[in-house]
Amino acid sequence: MTSVYEPWDTARGAEIIAEHAQLEGATIVILHALQEAFGYVPEAAIPMVASALNLSRAEVHGVFTFYHDFRKKPAGRHVLKLCCAEACQAAGGDRLAARAEAKLGIALGDTTADERVTLEPIYCLGLCATAPSAMLDGRLVGRLDEKRIDALLAEAQR
Amino acid sequence: MTMRVYVSRDAGAVAVGADKVALVLGLAASKHGLDIEIVRTGSRGLYWLEPMVEVATPQGRIAFGPVTEFNANSVLDAMISGSPHPLRLGVADEIPWLKRQTRLTFARCGVIDPRALADYRAHGGYKGLERALTLGSDDILADVTASGLRGRGGAGFPTGIKWKTVAQASADRKFIVCNADEGDSGTFADRMIIEGDPFVVIEGMTIASIAVGASKGYIYIRSEYPHAVGAMNAAITAAKRGGTLGARIGGSNHSFDLEVRVGAGAYVCGEETSLLESLEGRRGIVRAKPPLPAHKGLFGKPTVINNVLSFAAIPFILAGGAKAYADYGMGRSRGTMPIQLAGNIRHGGLFETAFGITLGELVDDVGGGTFTGRPVRAVQVGGPLGAYFPRELFDTPFDYEAFAARDGLIGHGGIVVFDDSVDMAKQARFAMEFCAVESCGKCTPCRIGSTRGVETIDKIRRSERVAENLAVVEDLCNTMKFGSLCALGGFTPYPVMSALKHFREDFGPAPTRLEAAE
Repeated sequence: MTSVYEPWDTARGAEIIAEHAQLEGATIVILHALQEAFGYVPEAAIPMVASALNLSRAEVHGVFTFYHDFRKKPAGRHVLKLCCAEACQAAGGDRLAARAEAKLGIALGDTTADERVTLEPIYCLGLCATAPSAMLDGRLVGRLDEKRIDALLAEAQR
Repeated sequence: MTMRVYVSRDAGAVAVGADKVALVLGLAASKHGLDIEIVRTGSRGLYWLEPMVEVATPQGRIAFGPVTEFNANSVLDAMISGSPHPLRLGVADEIPWLKRQTRLTFARCGVIDPRALADYRAHGGYKGLERALTLGSDDILADVTASGLRGRGGAGFPTGIKWKTVAQASADRKFIVCNADEGDSGTFADRMIIEGDPFVVIEGMTIASIAVGASKGYIYIRSEYPHAVGAMNAAITAAKRGGTLGARIGGSNHSFDLEVRVGAGAYVCGEETSLLESLEGRRGIVRAKPPLPAHKGLFGKPTVINNVLSFAAIPFILAGGAKAYADYGMGRSRGTMPIQLAGNIRHGGLFETAFGITLGELVDDVGGGTFTGRPVRAVQVGGPLGAYFPRELFDTPFDYEAFAARDGLIGHGGIVVFDDSVDMAKQARFAMEFCAVESCGKCTPCRIGSTRGVETIDKIRRSERVAENLAVVEDLCNTMKFGSLCALGGFTPYPVMSALKHFREDFGPAPTRLEAAE
């Protein structure tokens, strides 16, 4: 399942920001909501968030860049997150991550040239008793082996 | 009569096909014209048997597992006829791995429908809150103190003292914050309880709000746990509708409102002051203490901030179980600990038991050794900031002080097992690298020390001036341990130093060994 995002639109962005602006400590809530709608946090949205929350642009930019989740540009059509933390390492996760990198021809953290697949490391999905694990567009997969990772890669490349 | 079948909706079960199994069972039942109700529960925590499916019978719930979409049909046939099946595990409560546990906090997890308030009540839920509403603040605090409960997030600070400090503080607003930013690899107990029994966390937080006089609470759940976020939001809605959350709880004068906030992928936000910064909408930069969050916490107001498992332990304690809780355990570690067995392990899962069980029993006996069948070489206890223990230390009892005495920590109770193919120098490097990536950047030992640590371990792995560089690593670790503001920089030395101490042979040839060989 591919996530379908809206193209950036200032009015729509303002609407999303206004929806959450009255919450206490709303910055992260708003950044999440913007990314959910547009697939990333457009640069143009940063000053809008700042003015809605009476913060400086630098403060909002600082929050945006601190957290790993927020993207400054859209991801590939599919996002494959491979768990790279210790429990998955112990269960052979490193080897599978290397296999995924080789098959896609990109490193963890990159997107394929055709913008089909973004491959990302994730530090713990909390599926440590069914390791190694991964998440493809929000769908969880545990007990990964070579066959399963190949199937996930094929699905992501479609 | 309706046949009631239970399939887990826990993320760990879903990751290995539980949704498909539920779908196949439903389709097969309707084809047979069978009157069936499929209840989606949490997980019992026996992950090597997931997806585990149970059917209600007069003898109790009979379990089958691991069920796949391909054998679900035959499992359904066996459920209907009661005939033998290779995946039949017998009465779920009698499965030895489950039966030898002491499930106080996880008593309902995997049993009830986590979205049904009535199911929670039917299994003893809200008895603690009912009693708390009849008690004053002092009596609630007395119970929590008497239980001996210590913070289950890892620091092990006495919960009763923390709550009392907030109760005694005067302010126009106070907050209850639940730390569900379970970032440690090898831990999943917070996720499991939120997905499998979210009401117990809500009840614990509500009791805390009565004890300290708070009217608003936040649950900070990491974004890597979308299933937990969904489960908690559903439970909050149900609790509000049921009158156990919101205005005038249970007809009393006490009001308490709860809100879920989702993290954004920063490991350091599991540190309490960093989490508070994040909740306030800022970068997750650690705060210097004092002031303690109990005095100046969220938005500068007195705040109780506890881990999910600490709050989840409270309802049992307030339902008249304070003494019973304290009777379990050893030394100053009272009660039970939900221990998580993970990584390269045959029987991985959630094992709640009284403190005092040894590491060896947990790994070899309960866990059944490695999944690969190779010998266990090292176990990391307590997440990325926990020490690596070799087999020689497997007699260590699971207890805060016993682990500290051996330069380790129990942390949030996660145990990650590695077989003999592990390269401990690589693991030590990973610990430093993880710290470098996740450091909030506020203090120098953590920010710079971790980066220098990666570089120096790289040199050691390339056999460059090994002895000198090992001395540098040790020096860096000491600086980080004693000079960092929080546990990220302060505890990263644990995995590094323990790897060096117990697995020295992985860091290149030791000078003494060379001499011996000549």
